[in-house]
Amino acid sequence: MNKGDTPAVMKQGNFIPWAFVLPALLILFAYVAYPTVNTFILSFQNADSTRSAAAACQPGQPCWGILENYRYALTSDVMLTAFRNNLLWLIVMVGGTVSLGLLFAVLVERVRYESVAKALIFLPMAISFVGAGVIWKFVYAYPVNPGDPSEPIIGLLNAVVVGLGGKPVAWLTEAPWVNNLALIVVGIWIWTGFCMTILSASLKGIPVEILEAARVDGASEWQVFWRIMVPMILPTITVVTTTMVINVLKIFDIVYVMTGGNYSTDVIANRMYMEMYQHQDWGRSSAIAVILILAIIPVMIYNVRRFREQEATR
Amino acid sequence: MREMQKLNNFLRSIPLHAVIIGMCLVWLLPTVGLLVTSFRPVQDVNETGWWMILAPPQGSREYRQFCGSCHGDDGRAIEAVNLADPEVISQYRRSMYLAATFNKEFGGQIHIEKDQRPSDQEIADILAYLRRLSGLEKRPRLWLSNYIDALAGFRGRPGETYTEECAKGNIIPGERSCNFFKDMTTAPAAMGRAFINSLLVTIPATILPILFAAFAAYAFSWMDFHGRQVLFAILVGLQVVPLQMTLIPIYRIYTSLGLNGTFLGVWLFHTGFGLPYAIYLLRSFIGALPRDLFESAYLDGASLWTAFFRLAIPLSLPAIASLGIFQFLWVWNDLLVALVFLGGTTPVLTYQISSLVSRFGTGWHLLTAAAFLSMAIPMIVFLALQRYFVRGLLAGAVKG
Repeated sequence: MNKGDTPAVMKQGNFIPWAFVLPALLILFAYVAYPTVNTFILSFQNADSTRSAAAACQPGQPCWGILENYRYALTSDVMLTAFRNNLLWLIVMVGGTVSLGLLFAVLVERVRYESVAKALIFLPMAISFVGAGVIWKFVYAYPVNPGDPSEPIIGLLNAVVVGLGGKPVAWLTEAPWVNNLALIVVGIWIWTGFCMTILSASLKGIPVEILEAARVDGASEWQVFWRIMVPMILPTITVVTTTMVINVLKIFDIVYVMTGGNYSTDVIANRMYMEMYQHQDWGRSSAIAVILILAIIPVMIYNVRRFREQEATR
Repeated sequence: MREMQKLNNFLRSIPLHAVIIGMCLVWLLPTVGLLVTSFRPVQDVNETGWWMILAPPQGSREYRQFCGSCHGDDGRAIEAVNLADPEVISQYRRSMYLAATFNKEFGGQIHIEKDQRPSDQEIADILAYLRRLSGLEKRPRLWLSNYIDALAGFRGRPGETYTEECAKGNIIPGERSCNFFKDMTTAPAAMGRAFINSLLVTIPATILPILFAAFAAYAFSWMDFHGRQVLFAILVGLQVVPLQMTLIPIYRIYTSLGLNGTFLGVWLFHTGFGLPYAIYLLRSFIGALPRDLFESAYLDGASLWTAFFRLAIPLSLPAIASLGIFQFLWVWNDLLVALVFLGGTTPVLTYQISSLVSRFGTGWHLLTAAAFLSMAIPMIVFLALQRYFVRGLLAGAVKG
């Protein structure tokens, strides 16, 4: 609907529209807009926001002046570990959720218990990351005294490993690959249902005639998938992927609950919380938050643009 | 011929079913493990994996192998030594006492010949089984005690339970009064009060944003005012501002206003973060209602309030329902906001569980029960209202 289309009878003057919008706008300003700007400012100040960030510089040490917090946020070892882990999360989790979601969406259409199977995959979306963290910590449980062979194995995954003739693995402390991947698996377990649901709805939107025509012409299922289904739902795949990118960048709870960021499993969002709460360093913590939003902004621009396109075709 | 084809089709679809069912199992088993464990006695949890829940009790195989042939499966076959009698079994407090009987002679025959005796581990298992068989150790396969402990915030040594300790009268001032309802609502680690707090946080934090969003969405759809498009574009953009970007300023403001640790503070925070998506979703729904509907209503003399409350709101109930589910689950499952603004003074479920996890030595029986308590409501909401949930998801992520 374009501006000016509003029928004459529905004109409400200048006051009433604002009365409808203003409460929401005020809250948005106070809770989203203003704090966002404020966080930018705080990121250039010291730990308790009383002086410039440059005040924290030590003579003889590297110093970025007013950008000192960013020096920490971009070059310190803990942050570099967090960046590496977030990158790993991005690659494995976005790839994993989107491809598993797509695979499941394509396959499940062919069976009669489709709705039950979909509900099962989707169920983890309803529970909290904290709950999922407990569930998986139990799956990953590792004997308290690994040297004692008589200690029973109560973790499902290690029971499988031992059943196959292996030795129990310390899934959550074996740094850096095993434990980070173990955490990412939890993320995939939670979010695959989300990708599957959206991709499945999109697949159902493909006209049956097109698929049938291709099959009649002798296309294999493999070709139907790659040459017809994927190109036709590509916009949706992009949407799902960008949404997942944002979700992964903000990942916090899983790491906080399962490892607390120890054993080099830290991620950006957990670092931000730790700087804020444990070290009470508003400056560093704000700088990390700014880096987080800078990573998200390209996706945000993309989202707004997509909205504009959609408005134009409405 | 047709039978052959049917069989052929079936055989060809086996890999498909295998993949789907396999994936479903991988998705389901971790949760089943949690659920089963939350009902198992703590000793069982630490002795065997949850998947052994249907297996015969520990030591029963060894008992049958070494003792069953003479004593019988129920332990009563030899009248002089009734193994089902707790008084008989209570003499054997340790497995070495039991092992000592193997040397003795009964009726001129040695109890168990030397080369046929069980190993030390097997003797221990047999004794564990005998304690159960005789009723000396009354431990059901499943019990509710873990939930009682979790709700009452019970902290005790391994093997103790709230019910038993209270039956013995072990009261700890300030932590355990043994009045279950009192403990549930006041004990520091109680899941009971966390559950109540979660409800108190979540319900208003679900209603408020929807209320504000409904008004705003209506104005954005059916009213004309300056800057409408620009404001709305900004709104859509605000959806992706991460929570982290606003925590510190709000925390500082709350500290000076004394709003930290209050419900009001968290309600407003969640309202602020729920609004962009809520307005966005409701606008796409209310904006899609047919224009003639409003035009003719106005021509019939309807007022703005009638159009809003009698037309727009009832017609957008499906969207409001999906929104409500989303916001409810989001707030209920949130940890970060609860950590920062509520902390331990007003613990919600997620906070309480995360502090249980990090406290050293919390048993799996307690953790699993606590986790399931927090998951029960979301699961019910999801299973009952799945349709709205999926619809809201699609509207948010695909349409716009």
